[in-house]
Amino acid sequence: MDTLLGRYKNLIVLAAILFAQIIALAMQVRRPAAEGETRLIRVWATAAVTPFEEAIVHTQKWAHDKWSGYVYLRHVDQENQQLRAEINRMKLEQARLAEDANMARRVQTLLAFKEQYLESTVAAQVIGTSGSEQSRVLYIDKGSSDGIKLDMAVITPTGIVGKIVQVFPGSSQVLPINDQLSGVGAALKALRLQGILKGAANGTTTLQYIMSDEPVKLGEEVITSGGDRIFPKGLPVGTVASVEPGKDLFLNIRVIPSARLDRLEEVLVVTKIQDKLPDAKDLGPIRASDILSERLPGVPVTQTVDAAGNAAGTASGAGNPTQPNGAPSATAAKPGAATNSGQQNAAGSSGTAKPGAAGSSVPKATATPASKPANGGANSAPKPNLGAGTTPGASAPKPVRKAPATVSPDANPTQPATPPSAQENPPR
Amino acid sequence: MSTRSMPFRGSFTSREQVSVYEFSWLATVLIPLIAIFIQAFLPTKIRWLPIIDLPMMVVIFFAVARRNPISGCVTGAIIGLLQDLLGGPAHPIGMYGITNTIIGYMASSLGVKIDIENPGSRFLIIYGFFVIHQALYYGVGHGMLRQPLEWSWSHVAISALANAVVGVLVFNLLDRFKQR
Repeated sequence: MDTLLGRYKNLIVLAAILFAQIIALAMQVRRPAAEGETRLIRVWATAAVTPFEEAIVHTQKWAHDKWSGYVYLRHVDQENQQLRAEINRMKLEQARLAEDANMARRVQTLLAFKEQYLESTVAAQVIGTSGSEQSRVLYIDKGSSDGIKLDMAVITPTGIVGKIVQVFPGSSQVLPINDQLSGVGAALKALRLQGILKGAANGTTTLQYIMSDEPVKLGEEVITSGGDRIFPKGLPVGTVASVEPGKDLFLNIRVIPSARLDRLEEVLVVTKIQDKLPDAKDLGPIRASDILSERLPGVPVTQTVDAAGNAAGTASGAGNPTQPNGAPSATAAKPGAATNSGQQNAAGSSGTAKPGAAGSSVPKATATPASKPANGGANSAPKPNLGAGTTPGASAPKPVRKAPATVSPDANPTQPATPPSAQENPPR
Repeated sequence: MSTRSMPFRGSFTSREQVSVYEFSWLATVLIPLIAIFIQAFLPTKIRWLPIIDLPMMVVIFFAVARRNPISGCVTGAIIGLLQDLLGGPAHPIGMYGITNTIIGYMASSLGVKIDIENPGSRFLIIYGFFVIHQALYYGVGHGMLRQPLEWSWSHVAISALANAVVGVLVFNLLDRFKQR
């Protein structure tokens, strides 16, 4: 027996070691680590390796900064001049884009489109890889102590990189978009077709689930669709490099990532994304032309009577928070009578009101339940402190303040009659 | 400095005996760790480096120098498992462990029979073992774990060539740590 064991000792040891590892593999496959859970042994290994990697990377960066910032200053003056010229050019570009952005935000506000904003990001340095062709994960020098959590998006200014798949105290593991396990909700920018960007074992990325009859062109930009709830919508992903017919009526679209995944040094981890409506208040003064262009049909006509009994077409709802509830009889609606909302007031104040349009001064119309608006236009006279029991025409006309707005009567010529109750629920 | 020799049982070399080398404990510990560190760190700077498998080269080097199958398997298992620890979620611990264990065993068994001191034989050995290493990894990943791995003969052949060239240089460097 001893002779037999001695003779096959090498093979027995080999079999034992292999058997132990196969059992370990089977246990991992059968009982994979839960979401967010990292095997302790991996934590130890990462904790042992990453300090050295961080030390090298930071030393290298420090030396590079010193060299490029203090020693190697050749061509800096020339580069400065180029950059200044670039800044001037971009200022002009920015002014044009700001106008477009403002308009887009107003439209988004009107349509209640929510935008996703990158509220906060953390800059991180790439310090290592798995060292394997089969697993393309990266390590960054920020971890849970820096607020990094699972499934946070990792991006660069040029494009998306991947997402956080494991978090350690001082470092994190990033699954890049070209890893075979990766999947990102993506869309073709021009065609607005959504698919899934998947990585492959050979490091390529393909956009899948685009129907084969779609006219996808080479070089078309691919952006994030926001469908994966990890990457905000609209971030650059890459460009289409090749389009081939795939299986099951779908195209096989190879995408070259915008971010240089093989030469990453610094990345941004998106730590907070916020869904919010664009804030129209931030847009500054609104021009009358903007207001007129944004008007929707069906804005209610209201005509109220102030404490002095003067009839005035006023805005209702949010545009006029001082609107009294106690003057139902003074509310009138008549086709052709324009109304004012808060925005319309602004429009009026910007000088679009026609001469003679009531509202820019104290209206002279008497308070009758169905009084006609002067000149067929709308009158606006906000009247604070108007009690519920105020009797129309009970006192002398006394303007509380100058009515801020009037709108030209042709602004909404098809204004339908609006019941008084519409005052409380303005359509906008 | 210790030198041992073992009786030659094969017929692939003209030498009567092949030398068995030993290494200091510092070299035994540090060389694999440095190889794994370089393998994990340098691909951030050198894009093509992942096709080079330094830990596998170290396994082969120790195995053929010591010419002891048990030592070869244990060295392969330890280095492979350390390599596994830095892998991502698609990389269960044990894939490189199993692969390098078998490579270590085979290399040490081969080292008993042939002399691998000259660069030509080293080139061929590294080339061959790299192909076997890739096949074993593919077998474990695709066969046992059903991972979506792809096998490309051209890629393996080119990678094996690169590994063989680099491996010859690495072996020459590591020869300095041998104790005769």
